[in-house]
Amino acid sequence: MADGNGSKGMSGNGAGDATQNGGKKSPVTVLVEGAKAVGVQAAEEIKALKQPEKTDVWKSVLRVKHDETPRSRALGVLSNVFLHLHPAKINRDAVAYNYTWGMGGMTFYVYITLVFTGTLLMFYYHPSKVVAFRDILYLEHDVPFGKLLRNMHRWGAHLMVIMVELHMFRVFLTGSYKKPREFNWVVGVILLVLTLLLSFTGYLLPDDQLGFWAVTVGTNMARATPLLGHDGPFGRQLGMTPFNDVRFGLLGGSIVDSNALLRAYIWHCVAIPIIASAFMVVHFWRVRKDGGISGPAPVQLESEIKEPRKL
Amino acid sequence: MAVSTEKPVGAKAPETKPKPNAADALKKIFTSDDPDPQRIVARRRRFVIAGVLGFLSVNFLMFLRFFFPRALYEPKTKFLIGYPSDFGFGVDTKFQNAHRIWVVRNTEGIFVISAICTHLGCTPDWKPSENKFKCPCHGSGYDPEGINFEGPAPRPMDRAHVELTPEGQIEVDLSRLYRWPKGERSEFNDPGAILHV
Repeated sequence: MADGNGSKGMSGNGAGDATQNGGKKSPVTVLVEGAKAVGVQAAEEIKALKQPEKTDVWKSVLRVKHDETPRSRALGVLSNVFLHLHPAKINRDAVAYNYTWGMGGMTFYVYITLVFTGTLLMFYYHPSKVVAFRDILYLEHDVPFGKLLRNMHRWGAHLMVIMVELHMFRVFLTGSYKKPREFNWVVGVILLVLTLLLSFTGYLLPDDQLGFWAVTVGTNMARATPLLGHDGPFGRQLGMTPFNDVRFGLLGGSIVDSNALLRAYIWHCVAIPIIASAFMVVHFWRVRKDGGISGPAPVQLESEIKEPRKL
Repeated sequence: MAVSTEKPVGAKAPETKPKPNAADALKKIFTSDDPDPQRIVARRRRFVIAGVLGFLSVNFLMFLRFFFPRALYEPKTKFLIGYPSDFGFGVDTKFQNAHRIWVVRNTEGIFVISAICTHLGCTPDWKPSENKFKCPCHGSGYDPEGINFEGPAPRPMDRAHVELTPEGQIEVDLSRLYRWPKGERSEFNDPGAILHV
């Protein structure tokens, strides 16, 4: 089912040969050969840049032209994420929970829960310095099921971070980040960052002491960003001040105030969920494009190929 | 064009260049004597793509600029805190809530500490019983003059510019801070960092 683009990309690793024979040669020759190999590799990569549509990254992100055959057209339908949200067929080992832990799927279900409870919370929450914390108290004490919704959202957020990390841990343990799934690992890392950003922006919204100081500390770290922060390396030399650096852009001011609350609210409720959803679609689609969920056994056992089950 | 009289006689007259003309430039861009029509189409397509990408990248820059407003509605950084005689020896925390400062008088004079921990920007607490400032976030400790002695703080807390108004009141300017970064010159004795009263 997977047409395995990207698996045939450049994998030239000349440096490996040089180190294998290193025992017999003098270190100088090894160094020279290594440098030569690096040079050859760099030349290949520069050559590849002239045709960007042939590179792995391009083929992973953008559409690839296939041969005009009935087979590839059928594959186009079969591997279309919108037509087949669930795969047409899966490896039977892929349903074994002791292998996958089901963490990716459960993370997604928790995300759905968070979107739903979060949308309901938005009906009672004003992102304004005057009433934000009072709205939280109102939700907790006066809105029917408000306490339940708020706690579902809060604990669900904690759970999602834990699950994303366990999912990543499982993928790491089973080596599922390796070729041909390395692109999906990168998408997964982006999703981890987006999950943490969702957690962080949601932290400020209750406008309590905990969230206020957490965001004070978190955005003060951004002051030390290289080039873009006014306390970071080369920041001052590039003319960064507390009034034009990356922290100012995050807070909408030089202090954590009403602008910061509003910005956190919009990033939390609109921008990051949309970005994360788009990356999730790509993430799920790539799972199938890369040959389904990785498993301990090949898609079809050799014995099964030789001796099909007789009816 | 008139030939300059300073030039030697017989020197070649400078070539007159045709004036730049928008119509000619456009004509040059949009017409071609290339015999291959496909190459002409490809060139036009590149022009259109470049135009679209240029438009989108300018849009993106505008999007980034949008997040940096020109005017802010933040608390005033310049304010009066009263007369020097209002402040006794030691740390005065009465302006902590209103202005996020402490007024300190020692044997040298009166100075104003900006109540921002130099680690990650929380407000330390003044602990009178322990005679120190203690930051609740990560435990940085400062002595009554704001000099760090424990925890992750990298330098003493900054001091605000102070001066006496003609009426004799103390005016604090939080936008002018005096720092003492580790291993560098202390700015705490600069004029304006401390009132010798």
